[in-house]
Amino acid sequence: MKLLRARVVPGLGAIIAVLALGAIPTPAPAQDQKPIRIGLSIAQTGPLGGGGKSGLLGLQIWRDDVNARGGLLGRPVELVVYDDQSNPSMTPGIYTKLIDVDKVDLLIGPYGTNPTAPVMPLVKRRDLLLIGNFALEANAQIRHDKYFNILPWSSDSAAPFLRLCKPLAAKTIAILAADAEFAQVLATEVRQELKNYGLEAVYDQNYPPNTVDFSSMVRAIRAKKPDVVFVASYPSDSTAIIRAVNEIGVGDSVKLFGGGMVGLQYASIMEALGSQLNGVVNYNVWVPEKTMEFPGMRDFLARYRDKAKQANVDQLGFYLPPYDYAIGEMLAQAVAATKSLDHKVLAKYFREHEMKTIVGSIRFGPTGEWANPRMIYAQFRAIADKDLEQFRSAGKQVIVAPDAFKTGEVVPFSQARK
Amino acid sequence: MTPELLVEAVIAGILLGCFYAAVSIGLSVAFGLLDVPHIAHPAFLVLGAYGAYLLGQYGLDPLLAGAVLTPIFFVCGVAVYRFYHAAFEKRGSDAGLRGLAFFFGIGFIVEVALILTFGVDQRMVEAPYIGKSLALGDMRLPMRMLVAFAVALLLTIALSLYLSRTFTGRAIKAVAQDQTALALMGADPVRVKQWAFGIATATCALAGALLIILGPVEPGLGRLYIGRTFCVAVLAGLGSMPGTLAAGVILGIAESVVLTSFGASWAPAVAFGILLLVLAVRPAGLFGR
Repeated sequence: MKLLRARVVPGLGAIIAVLALGAIPTPAPAQDQKPIRIGLSIAQTGPLGGGGKSGLLGLQIWRDDVNARGGLLGRPVELVVYDDQSNPSMTPGIYTKLIDVDKVDLLIGPYGTNPTAPVMPLVKRRDLLLIGNFALEANAQIRHDKYFNILPWSSDSAAPFLRLCKPLAAKTIAILAADAEFAQVLATEVRQELKNYGLEAVYDQNYPPNTVDFSSMVRAIRAKKPDVVFVASYPSDSTAIIRAVNEIGVGDSVKLFGGGMVGLQYASIMEALGSQLNGVVNYNVWVPEKTMEFPGMRDFLARYRDKAKQANVDQLGFYLPPYDYAIGEMLAQAVAATKSLDHKVLAKYFREHEMKTIVGSIRFGPTGEWANPRMIYAQFRAIADKDLEQFRSAGKQVIVAPDAFKTGEVVPFSQARK
Repeated sequence: MTPELLVEAVIAGILLGCFYAAVSIGLSVAFGLLDVPHIAHPAFLVLGAYGAYLLGQYGLDPLLAGAVLTPIFFVCGVAVYRFYHAAFEKRGSDAGLRGLAFFFGIGFIVEVALILTFGVDQRMVEAPYIGKSLALGDMRLPMRMLVAFAVALLLTIALSLYLSRTFTGRAIKAVAQDQTALALMGADPVRVKQWAFGIATATCALAGALLIILGPVEPGLGRLYIGRTFCVAVLAGLGSMPGTLAAGVILGIAESVVLTSFGASWAPAVAFGILLLVLAVRPAGLFGR
């Protein structure tokens, strides 16, 4: 018993200690020089944990690649990573620790809008370079000149979705959005644009976090007989909403359904929902369609696939991983070109140069968002149940907007579900 | 809001409320009857959900899986209580934050164990009644909610009968009222309490199966249910099984009607507003004495 206790207690202690600190140790490369430390907080648990884990793997693949090539400025690269548990209240403390205690050289923002928003005042006050990791409008108010976001989003990213209403002759819209930063940013954008697209909102509700059952709201939407249903939701909500729609139905009037549903890009959710996804038009950042082929992307996904199996994380890796790899590529390009770790120098480089990455070439605009945003909307088509591999093929997520990346015309929701 | 929609909302609320009652009934025993600050209860629910998921991989129906796991959860509950009693109650250090911290820690360990074993991705199960609905005219009721409704009713009736008709059940009620008197009658309060805590934990296996039948689960899901389950247990009147069902249904209807009609954002405020209102009028809860 004593022996057992001696073995178990330190193990449990270690788990608790890691949790209490929220820290995930990442092995440092075995080189003699002082490493360049890149600090970030990325959700490994909580609602955003599924995306965060795969994103971290993407970044770790970049770290291994760059270290295999001899590092940056002749120094190895080390990631200092913390788990913010998808909890925005934790990120200011984590970033203060990264800056003051860990003394990292470079910073990457937390995954997602909600955890990023509380960090912005801190980095602005300290005048630090921050690479945003899938945050919406995080810099719109603060206007920090050293913030650059990897998400190919702009303040009119809902426009391609709304433009789809015209060919479908849609006149009325229902808006359902989570009471959270990301969803509200997206929903507000839609609300502001309604008149420009000749749409009338017949249902407009924000639902609280922790909502268990969405059938009540789906019933209320169905009763309003809208032509379009725009949903902005987080992963577990997205799954529950799709299920409720499948069970209750939204009515034959609906020609376009979807919009900003986070989670429908995650492999586990896509596989589990299967045919229930048919007809849904949702935002995305990469799908395996011919207009989305960028140099290095396929090679990255092949390598990611092997590692994802071992790490038991998102098996497709279309969403966060390539973009997080691209964050590393951008930092490497800026550091190598300027031969500096000075945030002012690096930010100037980010502002003035085109970044070459596996997700394409990126130029940043005045608020640190992409100068030429590339948020795509893809429609799930002919999806079968229990088949993850189908999502690796073209034609399963047809890009219906914007025109520059379109691979097919939008099919009315009810028709696509038949 | 049309009358038809209101009727649908009320019916949906009853079904949702029964689910709330099912996930809270174990807490009504542990917290309501035994006065144990079992904040890890939702974590055990999630553990039950993962158990149903795991057995589902071998083709077992989630509800059946929940039933199969019940004895294992019972034993687990007995073990947790024995440890809690030895470490805290026996030494008289269970009061205040210490007991709460213990169960918070247990919940944390369960969550981490699930993360290490299953990862953080959402997990779902398949069953013939998931994804289908029962059509009554224009009204459609999700089958998974009807299953939750039936299981909650069965659990409430079974526990109510057990607590009122059996010797052990009466002993559990007695230990909640006066431990010393029970000891003077020759019964061991600790054994009675550990048995009751085992039952409370065993309900988590079935209720956990309902959790994953109702929607996807992830290891941290339990945190979202802490407020809701304690709200139901307190509103019910601590330790009342029919009260738990009634409280769950009240919260379910309130939530469903608010979500359907005037401002979904108000749903949690209305639910907890009802709790405050009831406690102001009846401090012991709806069915408390």
